[in-house]
Amino acid sequence: MTATDAVAFTAAQAVDALARGDLSAGELFAAYRERAAGEELNAFTWVAEEAPAVQDGPLKGVPVAVKDLFCTRGVPSQSGSRILEGYRPPYTATVVENLERAGTTLLGKTNQDEFAMGSSNENSAFGPVLNPWDRGRVPGGSSGGSAAAVAAGLTPWAIATDTGGSIRQPAALCGIVGMKPTYGAVSRYGMIAFASSLDQAGPLTRDVTDAALLLGHMVSRDPRDSTSIGLPEAIRLPDARRLDGIRLGVPEELSGEAEGIEPGVMEAFEATLRVAQELGASLETMRLPHAEHGLSAYYVLAPAEASSNLARYDGVRYGLRSDGSDLVSLYTQTRHDGFGPEVKRRIMLGTYALSSGYYDAYYGRAQKVRTKIAQDFHEAFERFDFVVTPTAPTVAFGLGTKVHDPLAMYLNDYCTVPMSLAGTPAISIPNGLSEGLPTGFQIAGPAFSENAILDAAHALEGAIGFDGSRAFSRGGMPSTPPERGAPGPLGL
Amino acid sequence: MKYEPVIGLEIHVQLGTRTKMFCGCELTFGEPPNTRTCPVCLGLPGALPVVNARAIHFGLMTGMAMGSELAPRSVFHRKNYFYPDLPKGYQISQYDEPLCLGGRLGDVRIHRVHLEEDAAKLVHVGASGRIHSSSSSVVDFNRGGTPLAEIVTEPDLRSGEQAREWLTLLRTTLRQLGVSDVNMEEGSLRCDANISVRPEGTTELGTKTELKNMNSFRFLERGIRAEVARQIELLESGGEVVQETLHYDPRSERITSMRSKEEAHDYRYFPEPDLVPVRIEQAMLDEARGAMPELPADRAARLEREHGLSEASAKQLAFRAELGDFFEAALGSDGDVPAQPLAHWVTGELVARIGDSDPGDSRVEPVALAALVGMVERKEVNQGGARQALDCLVADGGEPRAIVEAQGLGAIGGEDELSGVIDAALAANADAAAKIQGGNEKPMGAILGYVMRETKGRADGGEVTRLVREKLGV
Amino acid sequence: MIDREQVLHVARLARLELTDEEVARMAGELSDVLGHIERIDQLDLEGVAPTTHVVDVPNALRADEPAPSLPREVVLERAPAVEADGFSVPSPQA
Ligand SMILES: [Mg+2]
Ligand SMILES: [Zn+2]
Repeated sequence: MTATDAVAFTAAQAVDALARGDLSAGELFAAYRERAAGEELNAFTWVAEEAPAVQDGPLKGVPVAVKDLFCTRGVPSQSGSRILEGYRPPYTATVVENLERAGTTLLGKTNQDEFAMGSSNENSAFGPVLNPWDRGRVPGGSSGGSAAAVAAGLTPWAIATDTGGSIRQPAALCGIVGMKPTYGAVSRYGMIAFASSLDQAGPLTRDVTDAALLLGHMVSRDPRDSTSIGLPEAIRLPDARRLDGIRLGVPEELSGEAEGIEPGVMEAFEATLRVAQELGASLETMRLPHAEHGLSAYYVLAPAEASSNLARYDGVRYGLRSDGSDLVSLYTQTRHDGFGPEVKRRIMLGTYALSSGYYDAYYGRAQKVRTKIAQDFHEAFERFDFVVTPTAPTVAFGLGTKVHDPLAMYLNDYCTVPMSLAGTPAISIPNGLSEGLPTGFQIAGPAFSENAILDAAHALEGAIGFDGSRAFSRGGMPSTPPERGAPGPLGL
Repeated sequence: MKYEPVIGLEIHVQLGTRTKMFCGCELTFGEPPNTRTCPVCLGLPGALPVVNARAIHFGLMTGMAMGSELAPRSVFHRKNYFYPDLPKGYQISQYDEPLCLGGRLGDVRIHRVHLEEDAAKLVHVGASGRIHSSSSSVVDFNRGGTPLAEIVTEPDLRSGEQAREWLTLLRTTLRQLGVSDVNMEEGSLRCDANISVRPEGTTELGTKTELKNMNSFRFLERGIRAEVARQIELLESGGEVVQETLHYDPRSERITSMRSKEEAHDYRYFPEPDLVPVRIEQAMLDEARGAMPELPADRAARLEREHGLSEASAKQLAFRAELGDFFEAALGSDGDVPAQPLAHWVTGELVARIGDSDPGDSRVEPVALAALVGMVERKEVNQGGARQALDCLVADGGEPRAIVEAQGLGAIGGEDELSGVIDAALAANADAAAKIQGGNEKPMGAILGYVMRETKGRADGGEVTRLVREKLGV
Repeated sequence: MIDREQVLHVARLARLELTDEEVARMAGELSDVLGHIERIDQLDLEGVAPTTHVVDVPNALRADEPAPSLPREVVLERAPAVEADGFSVPSPQA
């Protein structure tokens, strides 16, 4: 078997090939290592020199790429930030341990927006990640490195985190599957925090089956994370082909051109709705009355928590330290030098929102809006099995086009933030192309409905038949001529 | 004008759990620096806190001891500020939903009791080893994350002395509960005082100052006294008290402002998203209630009731539990010894000799003190002889009867023994004897003095007086 | 809306050094974002309970049992400055 054949397997197929003996773990690792080490998308921040010892488990011998913000013992983990320059943690995140116990091997760490703050992966101390569909465009963020690496076939799959859309939006922009599980399904222990009440780890994969397979091994109730609960039932591999009897709610607030969703994205969305109907689903337009305020609440709550979570980067115990003549200037200078502009902006925003005299107007109100949004979903799920929306309002945009306009950048999360605030699970699957670039379809369900979501996604995936091979075949490898700035040609 | 001090205390008590508040690092005193730390208590990226169940248990017991209202749900907040001894840039502390609300201990109302984590230890290195002149500091995170109960009183105290007495009661209560070893010198109990003064007879509170970190019972009393005096002097000279944080230096007895160039604190409290609210379940309450020992106030009442002790005596024994323990051990070792004189010997003579230390750690065995008090009661030794015997017991231990015999301290009380000496005394003091016979008892002292001199103090004064009167027919 | 003075105040609270240029830019950017956020002022939130946790998690308490601590070499290995087996910092009140 050639290396090209080896990396053509999905992870689930690789598990089977390894079990059959058609493929060895060493071959598979070497094939991916070569691609990851030679890539030109800037998707990886670190690639393993050699395969670590493999533990015996159901995923035995399948490599995995891990977003930089997961702590991995002795391996660089700096959450895309200069302030953690050279930092190698003395312990490993629970979710990574879970995957190692299942038999996966750590292929490398993937690039991301600094402390997961961003929707374009341009806020990284390691530089921007390029979209394998078009290297002049962003891969989305904050898990842009993970998404680009999966789309380009630099790894069978990857794990990442989603705070307001950081898995789903880059999945959409890179034409792959990304899932944010119910808040609490996966342990946050060892995940370098952005916003604790929203952060949740999930899989980025080539297809829905791989998403189920990977998520199933990520989930756990971890005694080291008080907010983790695991899932009430194990994740099954999805096998649904039909959507008979499934009621889909299409929220007005999150699915119209008035909300800034591009026509091409809307077209793809509507085409997928028709596919769903053909598969037996019923459709109804409905309302999530507070969803339009999701971004406002999110951009208070996430920065507020982040301002506190990032207070520990002070140059005393680890990471960067800038010279300061006294303690206060050591703090302020270290943080000035170590944090990038977006992180500073959010620290400022969050500190302001929590400060004396402003707490009630901002943080207090935002938490109430959050309650209302959660109630909206709760009521919706009494009438509908799922709420469906476009994942991101636009296809991948050009590098540098939004980075100086924070508000425009924040609007990327418009459709994904409400589910994050409600803590409910949601998946993004690729559902077509607009201007030759992938679009994403988001399926959100009630808390703990992961299996049902995966089944629905699986049925749709089969009917849509999205072809991601273009990014895969040309993505990331030096043989492909760079095409910065220009939209990619249609077709292969 | 006369002024009345109004004082409230804020006490931080390190709870005696085995491990830290939010991680499994073991709490042992005096380990080498930074050997009891982990990702959680170092605030490493990605680490998360988990609440120590025993800290909640101890918090509930403390609240029960004070009759507090125990919250059915209690929430941790983040208190945000930067300091090198605070690894996460925030302290996890309870804010608007503390574990215990209200209550009372002794004469003082409790405002609230809440749980939080302790800061690390900051050691200042430099020429003098003192904070103001040193150039660098070293952080040791061993202490960081120790569970603390913060006990806040209402402003019910009126003097430094009363504050000190009340703090003694608090210490005893917490020790009895077994929730802390409460050692001020080792820093497991730290006390700040909020102090204001107001014209006597008025009820409006004056502007208060906060006096920080007085690290012994004595300094607490002195610090409060000094601050009260400072405030009164200020007001009397037409000045105004400024609300500020103050530091008391016990060496110079001076009070200095801790205000720095930094702006006022803005702690930006918000609910700790890494922790879920603690729900106080019935089983947790039952467990805490089942673990409650007898508390000082109950013990005092029992000692009064069961042994007929005076209120003062009972309180002295109950509020210093080690004295109460010694007393009850002595009483139990000797069925015949009467309780009241035994209590007086413990709280008076024994305490005079051992001070603030625990009699259980002294060389005096409870059974020995009981035996000695028994001998006094039976007049086998008089007060003076018994005091000398107690000196020996404190110094070397041993058995009182043997000491009394070996040192010849036994009372000479019988008529046979005393008769001859009294006769000699009367003969040597004929004038005095005549006056006594004439109804003037004043010269009795001269006769007694003679007898005591001759018997080396072993005679029973009462018996001597009785025999003199008998011999002189008065 | 947030002005220059407020930006400086918040930056002090957050222990962030900002250049003059950053202060000016921050005032504009934060004002824009806050302007958007302030739309939640229109909502009637009377009587709504604030969310603290989106998913109902039962008590998560830890038994008071010791777990191994990290070796000191490991703890200090990452420190920018070490002195006397601890983390060295300029004295807070120097
Ligand atoms: Mg406190
Ligand atoms: Zn620890």
